[in-house]
Amino acid sequence: MKMELSQASRWYGNVVAVNDVTMTIGPGVTGLLGPNGAGKSTLLHMMAGFLAPSGGTVTLDGTRVWKNHHIYRNIGLVPEREGVYGFLTGWQFVLSAARLQGLPDPVEAARKALAIVEMEEPKDRRVETYSKGMRQRVKVAAALVHDPPVLLLDEPFNGMDPRQRLHLMDLIRTMGTAGKTILFSSHILEEVERVAQHIEVLVAGRHAASGDFREIRRLMTDRPHLFRIRSSDDRRLAAALMLDSSAGGVALGADGLEVRAIELRRFAWLLPRVARAEGIRLLEVSPADEDLESVFSYLITRSTS
Amino acid sequence: MMNTVVAGITYRALLGRRRIVLLLLLPLALLGLALLLRLAGSADQRSAMLLMDKFAIGTMLPLLGLIAGTGVIAPEIDDGTIIHLMSKPISRPVIAQTKFLVAASLLAVFAAVPTYLAAWLLVGTEDGIASGFALGALVAGVAYAAVFLLLGVVTRHAVTVGIIYALVWESLVGGFVQGARKFSIQQWAQSIADQISTSPFLQADVTLGFAVPALVIATVAAVFLAGRRLRAYSLTGDE
Repeated sequence: MKMELSQASRWYGNVVAVNDVTMTIGPGVTGLLGPNGAGKSTLLHMMAGFLAPSGGTVTLDGTRVWKNHHIYRNIGLVPEREGVYGFLTGWQFVLSAARLQGLPDPVEAARKALAIVEMEEPKDRRVETYSKGMRQRVKVAAALVHDPPVLLLDEPFNGMDPRQRLHLMDLIRTMGTAGKTILFSSHILEEVERVAQHIEVLVAGRHAASGDFREIRRLMTDRPHLFRIRSSDDRRLAAALMLDSSAGGVALGADGLEVRAIELRRFAWLLPRVARAEGIRLLEVSPADEDLESVFSYLITRSTS
Repeated sequence: MMNTVVAGITYRALLGRRRIVLLLLLPLALLGLALLLRLAGSADQRSAMLLMDKFAIGTMLPLLGLIAGTGVIAPEIDDGTIIHLMSKPISRPVIAQTKFLVAASLLAVFAAVPTYLAAWLLVGTEDGIASGFALGALVAGVAYAAVFLLLGVVTRHAVTVGIIYALVWESLVGGFVQGARKFSIQQWAQSIADQISTSPFLQADVTLGFAVPALVIATVAAVFLAGRRLRAYSLTGDE
């Protein structure tokens, strides 16, 4: 099934949370990547029928999502908020989902779903006694219980320990290969890279980039990188580096150099060789802008210019 | 139209563990007071009327209405668990109707039945006082369930608004301003009780011809509006 957003926007008063986003989410795993506050949840809520677009349309295989409860036969939703009745056991919670879906054999469906997320053993404990990761898995089981062709997950890996995280990643990948349409949001590039075949990047409410992880990675590594370097002879190193085309600019400061590398790979190859040839000792080489925020802000300036 | 799974979860949320104490406190106080009056030898129609009017209908019923009416939905909206019910192929009005039926049934058990018992402790079946007030409490309880359910869906401050309505509007304004009394669920309950009871101590201010349609309209409109509001329920992210 296909989830289609056409010029979808959402604003709250004067604040624009999602700005004119057009994208199609098809079968396979799509990662919705963006920093906190980029509008990922807002976009996901619009796809899940829990928020009306202020402009544009959101449709699932051509039918409107907003105010249409029939879509939930085809959608499984894992919201970011806890949203699990603490007084129910894991089993009761997932079984209630199966019965609310009106499945012909809710008991069998609930059993299967709990097996998929490996929650059979603690299923008879109350949800309030679960760890955050276990609650997350029970929520996934409840969302999967009717075997929906579309699965929407909002920051699904938050609060999971590494083992649970790997397990859920495997699960999502398997379901994606089986032809389900899966969308999950995350603010961590590595997470998205490991699971998603396709990545949509959202920055400040705008659709900043789209592609497979190689394309996104390239977009992010091809940008000019800023390095801070301290060495035994900063001035001579600066002069030597500027001879090569991979260095875009060098600023000489009191406590070292700041070098703008235009071609990251060539520069990484070049720097130690130049230092050795000149007999200069490198004391410190550190990226000055490796945080995701600057990567994202680069993407957004690129997409607006 | 109701959904048994939604009803089951709602009953468990309201009756489970310590929550039930909230629902039991006031009816037990009512029965305790009736018992005290009886032991003190003042079990007559006048004291029965006073206890019914001031406590059973005037205090217990609106407060229980508030606890049950908002309690069936407001906490779930607050902590986000309502998403579990709403992300399913069930129409939102059916969810609202189910929640309403749960609240109304709780009020029948925890308000109407104790009202009957308390009046019976004082005056037995004399002059239809017990059955009159019990029916009044039942019908008004249904209306309270609907109105406070709507309140719980519309505002996050349902309990505050509900208390202000029950105390300020129904008790204070209703007590002083003649016209305001017509628009008070309590007064409608009194009208019903008056209709059934032949006791000379009971004098309702609002005619039955106004009270009955008013109760029906308030209930149906509130449940309908609650369903409509749930249909447009929006998740506004933390972002």
